[in-house]
Amino acid sequence: MTDKQEIIQEESNVKPLLEVRCITKKFPGVQALDDVSLQFYSGEVHAVVGENGAGKSTLMKILAGAYTPDSGDILLDGVKVSFSHPSEAQHKGISIIYQEFNLLPERTVAYNIFLGREPTKAGVIDIRKMNRDAKEVLKEIGIDKIISPTAVVSSLSVAEQQLVEIAKAISFKSQVLIMDEPTAALTYTEVNLLDNLIKRLKTRGMAIIFISHRLIEVFAIAEKITVLKDGKLVGTVMTKDVNPEQLVQMMVGRELDHYFPPLGQPEDFGEVVLSVRGASNQLIHDISFDLRKGEVLGVAGLQGSGRTELAQALFGVEPFKTGTLTINGKTSKFRQPYFAIKNRIGFVTEDRKSEGIFSRQPIRDNMLLTIRSIRNMFGLIHKDGTLRDRKIVPTLGNQLDIRTSSYDRDVQFLSGGNQQKVVLAKWLASNAKIFIFDEPTRGIDVESKASIHDMIRGLAKQGTAILMISSELPEVIGMSDRILVMADRTLMGELPAKASEEEIMLMATGHKKIGNSAETSAVGKE
Amino acid sequence: MTTITTTDNKLKRLARSVRIPPVYIFLVVVFLVGGILDQILSDGQIFTNPLILLNIIVRSVALGIVAVGQTLVIIGASIDLSVAYTISITAIMSSYIMQGKTENVLTAIVGVLAIGIAIGLVNGLIVTKLKVNPFIATLGTSLIIKGIINASFSNYTGSVPKSFEFFGYGMVGPIPVSIIILLLIVFIGWFLLSRTQFGAHLYGVGGNVEVARLSGVRTDRVLIGAHIFCSMTAVISGLFLVSQMRAGAPWVGPNGIFDLNSIATTVIGGTALSGGKGGVWGTLAGVLIFGILDTTFNQLGVNPYLKSVFQGVIIVLAVASYTIRSKKDAA
Repeated sequence: MTDKQEIIQEESNVKPLLEVRCITKKFPGVQALDDVSLQFYSGEVHAVVGENGAGKSTLMKILAGAYTPDSGDILLDGVKVSFSHPSEAQHKGISIIYQEFNLLPERTVAYNIFLGREPTKAGVIDIRKMNRDAKEVLKEIGIDKIISPTAVVSSLSVAEQQLVEIAKAISFKSQVLIMDEPTAALTYTEVNLLDNLIKRLKTRGMAIIFISHRLIEVFAIAEKITVLKDGKLVGTVMTKDVNPEQLVQMMVGRELDHYFPPLGQPEDFGEVVLSVRGASNQLIHDISFDLRKGEVLGVAGLQGSGRTELAQALFGVEPFKTGTLTINGKTSKFRQPYFAIKNRIGFVTEDRKSEGIFSRQPIRDNMLLTIRSIRNMFGLIHKDGTLRDRKIVPTLGNQLDIRTSSYDRDVQFLSGGNQQKVVLAKWLASNAKIFIFDEPTRGIDVESKASIHDMIRGLAKQGTAILMISSELPEVIGMSDRILVMADRTLMGELPAKASEEEIMLMATGHKKIGNSAETSAVGKE
Repeated sequence: MTTITTTDNKLKRLARSVRIPPVYIFLVVVFLVGGILDQILSDGQIFTNPLILLNIIVRSVALGIVAVGQTLVIIGASIDLSVAYTISITAIMSSYIMQGKTENVLTAIVGVLAIGIAIGLVNGLIVTKLKVNPFIATLGTSLIIKGIINASFSNYTGSVPKSFEFFGYGMVGPIPVSIIILLLIVFIGWFLLSRTQFGAHLYGVGGNVEVARLSGVRTDRVLIGAHIFCSMTAVISGLFLVSQMRAGAPWVGPNGIFDLNSIATTVIGGTALSGGKGGVWGTLAGVLIFGILDTTFNQLGVNPYLKSVFQGVIIVLAVASYTIRSKKDAA
């Protein structure tokens, strides 16, 4: 600890580029930030970590001018500043890239980059200049070969859209770049691209502030890490002085060992409940695998490898056109999710907000959604369950430990972790025996993550078959009894439990040739 | 995808810059089918008489002008249901002020434009500041205007001077003035949308208002501006109608179903009701499709109710074809 103090003491001889002093911000019922003081230096990557609700995003929004603090000062280059609107912060050189994409999908890259400050000539937009300037910006960060200024954003891949966001931020001649979970939607190769970009920006003297849940990245990219908890500053450490276990302990106050529940034992695994043979549709091809009762079958693969498409095929969203799908010994064809749900398959989707819950409806109705949809359409609605089981809502609520004052509250008021529990409850209510999880813990804080992992393992122990798709390798390795690896829109192969990250990555990128063609074809199709 | 190989660079760029909205395929199909039916079942004027083509456009002018305004508000993810009664109040007030005298024309035009600006401003303020859903907000103002008109006028009121009829019936060489005005309004709409910051920001507001706000766009102002523009087009459309009818009447707007038809033609033209996407050239095609249907049915002497059925079918077909197209693009 004294080492750390010394280093920070040393650094304080250099003037910080951006500084916050005693920032406090209160929302109704929540103390979002409580007396937080921090310094950010130019040419430095500073990660801010903490659980959901720790106040990271609030702090970033204050720096970017989207919120005004209740008290406390912001100093830019030693001068006190205050922003009443995000554009003010932007013009002073502070740019932010939010967690959700902030691009207009139907407009071109150039229009997006220069939205709100289009170059004009005699009151008319100078489209040529705008495209030229956009090209210049794209070139500056080395992506002008990949992305054209006149491309419509919706035709770009997720990673490319992220790069456009960065280009937009850079175009403000920013001194400070704030990134709120920039890598959440990216795959490993794409993260590398981002890493290189960050390094380049750093050498140009920018201060980069970086929020992430992926600790591996934090350790790879950041020089300095600040931990927030419940709106308070826990501490700032130099990356080289801590290891991930210590950092997680700072974040949650417990050891990393408890992170994953123990894997299944051979006696846990039962008969094959789901079996796919030589199945293809327009998105993925030649899929063959078995899923047994009581096991967690992990699916790893890079983005665009067909992971989500596999889940969607199994669930009848984009059904298999050829090949066979056998559920509990019966050959099945799911033309629609309805038939999959009838066969007791549950699908916890990747995008919770748009596919998993009705955020403006009460918790109880969300929990009962699927059971109601597969029951008789004209049956009576029961408040807490169904005619046969009237206590579904309180029972599952207790079982899953959904923390709320009332089940009549809208789901939107719950934290991310609790929302995910409601999604789970929805499928448990329909008595699903096969669960498909697509990125079950994406964007969820460490503690909720652990409880969702426990829950997944608990389901398996009770004899449920689980297919778990994840882009986080530690999660796949920590949870899976077997691991399927996808690449190039097909299954590359299977690895046993506790396979190493290297083994998985090797397979996910294929032997070099396949990996490359997978990437180019994915890009070419967009 | 995004990278363009140098060989077909120019061709692609050309194709992109003209980018004809897909609705023009519909327009051609409707025209050909109408013309062929006319050829077989009637006197074949649609293909042989160029005057009938001009007539199709002239009949579309009133709807076309207001549809341009509607297109702008819809691109901003808003909507304006008050245009029909804005047209009525324009027609009635202008004819009331003119009283058949040329010297009153300017006063009348300034007066109704002021009314239009006021209506648009109120619509825009209710939508942006009170955050009332635009459908309800403009339905509300529409009812208010309707009440005011009906309380004050019940029949033809005043008259327009001969000089003002130039607007509705005049010709510049072989081309009717009304067509020139329609094209001028479409051009202004296009210019605003694709060549001004206002337009770029309007696409932003309609596409994602939060993104626009975070990019420094004054989102409220932009949307209020679009509403004012829309009400102004309704005023111009009302002036055109009154110059044709020679006197204003309270039923001009609602009888022409300008509210729903302007929305329908905008949507047929490829503008997304959710906002952020579309343009006025598509809307012009949508308006012309309605005009061709009108003329074809008149030529064939078919029951006018059937026309409504066909309009309905075309709206559904057009919009369904866009959805299917965009689904294919996604896959």
